[in-house]
Amino acid sequence: MDVITLKDCRKALIAALWFMFLTFPLLVIKVNTTENLVIWRWHNLLYVGVAAGSASLLTSIFRGLHDRKREQQRHQEKVIHISLTERFFSNPVVSRPVLAAGALFFLIFPLLFSTYQVNIMTTALMYVVLGLGLNIVVGVAGLLNLGYVAFYAVGAYTYALLNMHFGVGFWVALPLGGIMAALFGILLGFPVLRLRGDYLAIVTLGFGEIILLVLKNWAEFSQGPGGISNISRPGFFGMEMSMATTLNYQYYLTIAMVLLTIFVINRLQNSRIGRALFALREDEIACQAMGIDKTTIKLTAFALGATWAGLAGVLFAAKNAYVNPDSFTFLESAMILCIVVLGGMGSIVGVIIGALILILLPEYLRAFSDYRMLAFGALLVIMMVFRPQGIVANIRRSYHKKDSAP
Amino acid sequence: MSTEPILSVRGLTMEFGGIRALDKLDLQIYPGQIAALIGPNGAGKTTFFNCLTGIYMPTAGELHLSPPEQPGRRLNGLKPNQVTEAGLARTFQNIRLFPGMTVLENVMIGRHCRTKAKIFGAILRNPGTRKEEKETVDISMALLAKVGLADVADEFARNLPYGAQRRLEIARALATEPLLLLLDEPAAGMNPQETQNLTSLIRNIRDEGLSILLIEHDMKLVMSLSDYIFVVDYGRKIAEGTSEEVRINPVVIKAYLGEEVEYA
Repeated sequence: MDVITLKDCRKALIAALWFMFLTFPLLVIKVNTTENLVIWRWHNLLYVGVAAGSASLLTSIFRGLHDRKREQQRHQEKVIHISLTERFFSNPVVSRPVLAAGALFFLIFPLLFSTYQVNIMTTALMYVVLGLGLNIVVGVAGLLNLGYVAFYAVGAYTYALLNMHFGVGFWVALPLGGIMAALFGILLGFPVLRLRGDYLAIVTLGFGEIILLVLKNWAEFSQGPGGISNISRPGFFGMEMSMATTLNYQYYLTIAMVLLTIFVINRLQNSRIGRALFALREDEIACQAMGIDKTTIKLTAFALGATWAGLAGVLFAAKNAYVNPDSFTFLESAMILCIVVLGGMGSIVGVIIGALILILLPEYLRAFSDYRMLAFGALLVIMMVFRPQGIVANIRRSYHKKDSAP
Repeated sequence: MSTEPILSVRGLTMEFGGIRALDKLDLQIYPGQIAALIGPNGAGKTTFFNCLTGIYMPTAGELHLSPPEQPGRRLNGLKPNQVTEAGLARTFQNIRLFPGMTVLENVMIGRHCRTKAKIFGAILRNPGTRKEEKETVDISMALLAKVGLADVADEFARNLPYGAQRRLEIARALATEPLLLLLDEPAAGMNPQETQNLTSLIRNIRDEGLSILLIEHDMKLVMSLSDYIFVVDYGRKIAEGTSEEVRINPVVIKAYLGEEVEYA
């Protein structure tokens, strides 16, 4: 069996030609309007052709090797396939130092980097919370929610309005924001109880738009598109803090929030409720036949997911000291959904990695400013084609081994 | 055998638009009995199960579950999960496991309606919750051992061979602690060896005091296993009795094989 076959070469050639054709207008033709000149940059075409051809060839080789390995495995008797993540977590000698190093990195992050970096990281960590929250709804319970950002908005505006009208502080508003969002989650949950898949997605999308439009247009309530400013930042027993200290404080606050989220969601997933949510995703009818009340469990999923969005919303309002409806557009929902899908549906570690990649990458790609979003889009496409299960696939959980081991 | 039926169905009728899928069906199942519901394809057997388990809302009729030494319960209008809670567990004709969950988790789901940990219990993991969780695992493992799947407890359900998936469905149904187990074509697609194992498994379950109602096309299995057989055709009960009685019943033979035609 050859590594490269004639078929692979032909495929590479076609790919090269196709990409040359596609990028022709963009990369080859350059019109200089001031001098009425058309500049033909043919060398770009060559680069594109070579790049696309070799990329295709490399993929074929990689695929071939992969297939061969799998073929060999099939001949061996009873190969138990265990994913990389599972091996990582089942081996404490490897996983513990890595996790410890990760924890240390995040702990001393503000000491190592500038306030700008800290600010970006705080934002990314907030998306971790949002991603983990949406993961309950989409990843675990399998209910596609395209209006998740609405709950984020509810949380943020709960704090903003309470602070503006009654001077309520951050720590009081935090649980209130969560509860408020949970109530809105249940409110959305009722009309969509019978819906699944595409239909559910459309209704949730509409719900998100409704919240956004209300915030934009009901000026007496929300101050309209101008937003609410001068929201108090989170306090720490009334201490006076400098700008840099405040940023660091917010960073650690967000870290604490992420840890709390991971802790709670991890426990929930390995519980009676968590299993019921998983079962709901797998098969709704069988789920009911096992004595699970579909209504309760769906509303639980919506409320649980929304709670985290509400908490993150309060954090967001406090961090920026300003909210306006433009922060809660559909694009945000799509972004959070991308985090969950890219990271791996139903997987906590996956969602964390997904959030960090998706939020940090565009920031650090600013150097290639023109191609930033192009590279970002390409990454998403490649990821979904080659690894649709996400970066970290769902890990199978084992209950009885833990108990039997001393 | 006691004289009080554990399940009694009276005048069960189910209409889909103008089509009458079930027509005034009467049926009694007694405790400790293996009863079978047979009939040609499209006779309304699965519709009957769906009416019984709350997936369909029957047009008319009375469904009563009367467990021995407990007050009886009317099943009409209950939601599927309430029916399961009342003590009726079922398997599905086309297997409906939770494929992305492990074998053990599948059975643990069956314990859902017999356990009661709530969200805060799950988060705080207080002693009560931990005890309940341990019991869930223990009971589920015992059930897996009973159906012979204990060694693949951590495998994903979708990776199991067909026969094992069928047995897992039974284990999952048993985890809900039913009084009456409804099996919808449990032997469909099984090879003779697997059918043999299934037969002894069903017998074992009956010997532990459960009543069983099965729908099945495998006549050999039905005849050897059932204490009592109901035959339906076009939604109507056309015969009932022991296997010997049903086997020689001319109406049943007609329904299955058709009528002899006299050529002039």
